Amino acid sequence: MPNASEFPRIETGAAEWVEVEVDGQPIQVRAGDSAAAAVLAAGLVPSRSTPVNNSPRAPYCMMGVCFECLLEIDGTENVQGCMTEVRPGMQIRRQQGARHAEPVTHEDRQS
Amino acid sequence: MNSDTYDLAIVGAGPAGMAAARTAAAQDLSVVLLDEQPAPGGQIYRSIRRPAPEDRRILGPDYYHGETLVRDLDHSRIEYRPGTTVWALDDDHTLCASSPEGSTRIHAQRILLATGAQERPVPFPGWTLPGVMTCGAAQILLKSSGLVPSQPLVLAGSGPLLLLIAAQLHRAGVAIEAVLDTTPAGHQLDALPHLPGALRNLPLLWKGLGLLRELKQAGIQRFAQVSDLRALANEEGRLHQVQFHADNATHRLPAQSLLVHQGVVPNVQLSRALGLEHRWHELQQCWHPVTNDWGETSREGVFISGDSAGIAGAKAAEQAGTLVALEVARQLNRLSTTQRDEQARPALKDLARERAIRPFLDALYQPARSFLSPADETLVCRCEEVSAGELRQMVDEGCRGPNQTKAFCRSGMGPCQGRLCGLTVSQVIAERRGVPVDEVGYYQIRMPIKPLTLGELADLHK
Repeated sequence: MPNASEFPRIETGAAEWVEVEVDGQPIQVRAGDSAAAAVLAAGLVPSRSTPVNNSPRAPYCMMGVCFECLLEIDGTENVQGCMTEVRPGMQIRRQQGARHAEPVTHEDRQS
Repeated sequence: MNSDTYDLAIVGAGPAGMAAARTAAAQDLSVVLLDEQPAPGGQIYRSIRRPAPEDRRILGPDYYHGETLVRDLDHSRIEYRPGTTVWALDDDHTLCASSPEGSTRIHAQRILLATGAQERPVPFPGWTLPGVMTCGAAQILLKSSGLVPSQPLVLAGSGPLLLLIAAQLHRAGVAIEAVLDTTPAGHQLDALPHLPGALRNLPLLWKGLGLLRELKQAGIQRFAQVSDLRALANEEGRLHQVQFHADNATHRLPAQSLLVHQGVVPNVQLSRALGLEHRWHELQQCWHPVTNDWGETSREGVFISGDSAGIAGAKAAEQAGTLVALEVARQLNRLSTTQRDEQARPALKDLARERAIRPFLDALYQPARSFLSPADETLVCRCEEVSAGELRQMVDEGCRGPNQTKAFCRSGMGPCQGRLCGLTVSQVIAERRGVPVDEVGYYQIRMPIKPLTLGELADLHK
């Protein structure tokens, strides 16, 4: 979903870059970035919808307080994206509504 | 069962926690420093070991002061455990914490909660829209990732951090559409009686004036006495315009990003869960736990220092953390009372100067009423999507406090456990009932203070 909402990156100090996938799209991010930062860099906003009214949301506080950055990370739902550092090959997906009682399958994502 | 024992366990590796660890280790106390972040520094010195921006001028020298504190953690008596989230504290000074390695119990003779501050919730119509985030969030992204908000960018709010992040983003080459200052008319006058105290800390006052000058010289559009702030969405539900009232007119600006700020408030989640005594601070419009001069709370052996004990800033937090460590060293017979007092003198002097400027800043930057008790249509509880109007209706139907409204509408029962709505819910109820906030009280916070999986709980007993 290309859009104009990507957070641009200024010139940074030397660091390793790692590749992660955000909703299936590969993106290079800086080692030490959080999964929530990766989502903002990729412009994947809204990054979740609420369990109550399916309202669109995106990372808000970036310090573990607000729980607006809940994501599905490597198949685990409801993970705080701002508290999770990226790892090479990490699979990051939007959190749609409430988490599932059973592990997420591809069919769930289509629905 | 996983369990370790120390002289002093510290929760939070910000300025207060790091300074306390350094001082306690110097007195040969065994220290464990637990922090939920992957690297030390707290939010103020976030990513200080490896700041993302190449150019040190962007964040400025006050930020790089944190390098000294972090360096001093490298001490044989300090066990620093990053990525460790504390979710409970038992009566016998045992902490329960989770980390990627599993769950642990940590026992210590003395406990210091140095959990810092969080940004005050800033409810206004549209504050939940994707594209709206806090000034603190933008600063974290800048420090740790070198990421800056998508543009057009508007900043709105009140307080020193609003000016600081605007200046930092400008230095980073980010175009700022406008800064909307929501400080109400008359606050300058309210702050004036507190000016003598502020003059005791001239460097900080000078720094604030410097930021204002920097933004003015940069030619950034600034609106004063802004009211009726509103974030407007496009058809995809994303922020695309900011609407506000200023200079007797309603304005609309295009925006991909809106950064908001109304000051910071103590993170009281653990101190509340412990049932410690808290008081309402009228000037700061928030609660803080009650401590004595050495940071000890109403529960013997449990200390709180830094912004989690009451907002006074990073420099004050460093001094307050030092004082706690000296008192702990006295209680554990490493120092006599005379030695403690002798060593505490420089910290006490600096602390007094840092605290002297607060009443001036607190009066000047007290949030406008509309952010403390917002209009009916505004969502107050972001997790359970409860509006101010619904809360007022519950008051009219007989709810007297936040624990009753919680039972009726689940406000405060979502994953953030009331962190983003607690203050507002109490203030909305108090205003509707026409009673002081401390008569209404706060949510009953219970442990675990972070959402926990059954696996994490079970792991304690492996």
